[in-house]
Amino acid sequence: MEAFTQHTGTTVPLMNDNIDTDQIIPKSFLKRIEKTGFGEFLFDEWRYLPDRTPNPEFTLNKPQYKEATILISGDNFGSGSSREHAAWALDDYGFKAVIAGSFSDIFYMNATKNGLLPIVLKPVELDALAGLGAEETITIDLPAQQVITPNGTYSFEIDSTWKHKLVNGLDDIAISLTHDAEIAAYEAKIPAYWQ
Amino acid sequence: MGKTLFDKLWEQHVVSGVAGEPQLLYVNLHLIHEVTSPQAFEGLREAGRKVRRPDRTFGTMDHNVPTQDIFNITDLVAKKQIEALQNNCEEFGVTLCDNGSDRQGIVHMVGPETGLTQPGKIIVCGDSHTATHGAFGALAFGIGTSEVEHVFATQCIWQNKPKSMGVKITGKLAKGVYAKDIILALIAKYGVDFGVGHAVEFYGETIENLTMEERMTICNMAIEGGAKMGMMAPDEKTFDYVRGREYAPEDMDAAIADWKKLPSDPDATYDVDLELNADELVPFITWGTNPEMGIPITGTFPEIKDMNDERAYNYMDLKPGQRPSDIEIGYVFIGSCTNGRLSDLEEAARIVKGKKVKEGITAIVVPGSRPVRKAAEKIGLDKIFIEAGFEWREPGCSMCLGMNPDQVPAGVHCASTSNRNFEGRQGKGARTHLCSPAMAATAAIVGTFRDIREELGA
Repeated sequence: MEAFTQHTGTTVPLMNDNIDTDQIIPKSFLKRIEKTGFGEFLFDEWRYLPDRTPNPEFTLNKPQYKEATILISGDNFGSGSSREHAAWALDDYGFKAVIAGSFSDIFYMNATKNGLLPIVLKPVELDALAGLGAEETITIDLPAQQVITPNGTYSFEIDSTWKHKLVNGLDDIAISLTHDAEIAAYEAKIPAYWQ
Repeated sequence: MGKTLFDKLWEQHVVSGVAGEPQLLYVNLHLIHEVTSPQAFEGLREAGRKVRRPDRTFGTMDHNVPTQDIFNITDLVAKKQIEALQNNCEEFGVTLCDNGSDRQGIVHMVGPETGLTQPGKIIVCGDSHTATHGAFGALAFGIGTSEVEHVFATQCIWQNKPKSMGVKITGKLAKGVYAKDIILALIAKYGVDFGVGHAVEFYGETIENLTMEERMTICNMAIEGGAKMGMMAPDEKTFDYVRGREYAPEDMDAAIADWKKLPSDPDATYDVDLELNADELVPFITWGTNPEMGIPITGTFPEIKDMNDERAYNYMDLKPGQRPSDIEIGYVFIGSCTNGRLSDLEEAARIVKGKKVKEGITAIVVPGSRPVRKAAEKIGLDKIFIEAGFEWREPGCSMCLGMNPDQVPAGVHCASTSNRNFEGRQGKGARTHLCSPAMAATAAIVGTFRDIREELGA
């Protein structure tokens, strides 16, 4: 996983609440067996017209937002299906972070496993971010747990373990395998009816 | 202070780590399907790793499976994914309920039916409806593909312990009101994110009186209220359900002795308490594009209160003040891991027996698994449905998510017994209305939503 320390970029707001993973990546694109190439299908049903030309009304397609790397959204972002394809699609499209009012639990974990930083901010802070011009940059400083914007600096919470893994780009499985002796000891104690 | 069912399940599975930080939990059962596993297997291969416990891993085919001719997968990309699961299971030594096998079905049907789903286990699957298995007093939750790979390699998973939530359901369900209405009403009352960050235990007299199949319907949709873990205390009904199944413990007495210690202690408390009175419930349907946008059949669609409502009304082509009976139904889907069990099909069949599907409506019944299909055929439900004009299909996820050929056309309203009414969920532009099997069956006959309590003489 790519490490995440600081990132400076522009933002794009999609402020509706409850953006579900069916919107982020429709199921017709879940049949691929690779982790890559999902960016093209991000927000597919909103992003394209029936003839698959870009829908000019959709925020992401507006020229001023083409370079945005930070998505701003409302409450309960990533709700619904557990498909990690949603995180892969956001990452593959070029997003480095999603800042929202709240996240679904499963999406939140999927994002952190892919170096896509999920950040929860307060409604008033989200409103300020949503009001930024497309050319205005903000900086996310993960070690300092801050979002630095032209209008102010906002602090955010993140579990220290997930933060450590993100900042150092660590492979979860390699860490867990160092617990092998504990896993084996646990397995030895499992009740006989489950052995 | 006493412990909750959730506390006990959690504590019994901690392999490493301390409270307040992520802890490494042991997974007793890892269920897999074709959609969320290929990248995880590929990750293992790239790193030269093995599946630590293939004996605790179990696969099935469900999302992509065509329900008309299951052996003729014409979608080549889907076919590749299905073949990938076949090859991966063979390479890594994992048991697979392959297409057409006697045990095949939706992953959340297969677990309980084979007896793999048992109280006291941690059960994970790369699928958000995994909380279904929580109905047995298991700690069951959906995970992403990175976590699937992690469980393959370690048989464990890192988790931060969520807060606990107790949802007390009291009262008696009226005739024509079902477990599905309980969960739809609960989500309409408290919203699609009430359970975020929480593990939910459903309890109370109403839950105790439900069958295992009804309990599964409720736990199945915990995620639609934002809770990835939903659970219920195991009791004699649970033990009776597990007993005698293929993978039930040989020493059931020893297992039951342990399982009886699982229910929440009388003095245990939850971080958050919610309540719902089932006495007052009437059949529910959803009008909008997420499961909290639901109303009683006797109600009218609500006023627009924000941009989310406005967007939903536009997508559904409905207006505030209209009634459920104003919806013109074009498709009916009876099935899914929410309502694809034998009792669901029996309730629907009771409604349609001797009647005809209204002209112009496409209505399909998709048993959740092959055992359900066979059991239904044994008691003649297939004939009732076919005579009424329903299509009787092979098992699979089918029209719940339209990843296979079963899709609702754009602009068409579908009465669906599934779990999600998101935009595009059942097909691009499809307009989904969630409801119970009896309500969906009635909609197929009359072409709109009607209060089935009248139908049933309640």
